[in-house]
Amino acid sequence: MRHITTPLGEDVIRSLHAGDQVLLSGVIYTARDAAHLRMMDCIRRDEELPIPLEGQVIYYAGPTPAPQGRPVGSIGPTTSVRMDACTPPLLERGLSGMIGKGLRGAEVVAAMRKHPSVYFAAVGGAAALGAKCVTSLEVIAWDDLGPESVKRLTVKELPLVVAVDCEGNDAFALGQQAYLDSIG
Amino acid sequence: MRTIKASAVTEAVAQACVEANVDLPGDIACALHRCAACEPFAPARGMLEILCENEEIARRERMPICQDTGMAVVFAEIGQDVHIEGDFNQAVHEGVRRGYVDGLLRKSVVEDPLRRRNTGDNTPAIIHASLVPGDQLTLTIAPKGFGSENMSRLAMLTPAEGREGVKQFVLETVRLAGANPCPPMVLGVGIGGDFEQVALMAKEALLQPLDQANADTFYAEMERELLEAVNASGIGPQGLGGRTTCLGLHIKAAPTHIAGLPVAVNVGCHVTRHKTIVL
Repeated sequence: MRHITTPLGEDVIRSLHAGDQVLLSGVIYTARDAAHLRMMDCIRRDEELPIPLEGQVIYYAGPTPAPQGRPVGSIGPTTSVRMDACTPPLLERGLSGMIGKGLRGAEVVAAMRKHPSVYFAAVGGAAALGAKCVTSLEVIAWDDLGPESVKRLTVKELPLVVAVDCEGNDAFALGQQAYLDSIG
Repeated sequence: MRTIKASAVTEAVAQACVEANVDLPGDIACALHRCAACEPFAPARGMLEILCENEEIARRERMPICQDTGMAVVFAEIGQDVHIEGDFNQAVHEGVRRGYVDGLLRKSVVEDPLRRRNTGDNTPAIIHASLVPGDQLTLTIAPKGFGSENMSRLAMLTPAEGREGVKQFVLETVRLAGANPCPPMVLGVGIGGDFEQVALMAKEALLQPLDQANADTFYAEMERELLEAVNASGIGPQGLGGRTTCLGLHIKAAPTHIAGLPVAVNVGCHVTRHKTIVL
């Protein structure tokens, strides 16, 4: 399986195709519903965002609290489509990748083609297993949001599927068609 | 009259919140492992094997199976001959608070749907209490994640739409949900009653053991037919294609009005958890 590391360069982004399985390592950032709304407020007010977007990857996730001696509790993706309305402005500002689960809307896919970037699917609900890929966690913004605060994670070999590539190909549609073709 | 102290309720709820979140019910785990063994599409089989490994790790290491440890939905069957000493509802909320705080579960509840401040302890619980004969108190804690809850739907069909209308509504719900609710899903279908009863029946249907068919052969047949149709959709595990879109489906029906045919589909994920404690 192919290994990739963050930050993601445009050459890497362009080499990833819908359906590819990859292992992602490096620094990524968590942000989900409430953090996205606050980031939109930051953009409206022309304030600095807590996440340096250029080349970076956002993981739509809110982990459970860490047991003693571990960096994180259970962690897995939340449904990405809820972040759709807030996503194009982040892609315009350099965001290179997103990790979540489920489908993306047409506007996000169009923005991903315009600003080459990639949407990865992590395995939804496999959060006890997902915890094993996280080596460090630090809350970097909006601690008051609890599970929805922005966290900087270091991950090692996080298993992902390229769900939507920078040409707009969609692994869900392709995979479902491949299965239906396989059974005739 | 048998007396049960509110503190015993709190203790039972706290324990059940943690157990439900780390130990997948046997029937669901069994269905997951069985589907992994017979899934014909290789990528889907790989995905199901990951989900099986995950539930095993969760049980062994006592880690939450899913990071969305849910809203705590509590079904209480209170025996008519039971006297609860203390405030029952407060005892349940306190149990949820302890379970989620001490058990290191995620706090996923906001105190107001529009102002959205996190309550910090996963309270309040959603409590459905009913009176039953006897002197026991049965508590079922069913933490519900919202990735799947968000994909649930309700419709007030007309009597003329009948069985076929219900079937189409269920299939449409599954199509619209697609990859979002972490398939393979578990489906709870309520039919009949009125607006609020049909939704509650759909939730109760999610608690029925997957390895037991409906006692009513008419609905047992409909469950089989619907499950087959859902698994012909091609959505597959995580929506990436495959046969295993749904692990199991139950229907709960109730008398309804001559003018109506309410139907509700409560979508559950492959982590459809619940734990029952009898006091």
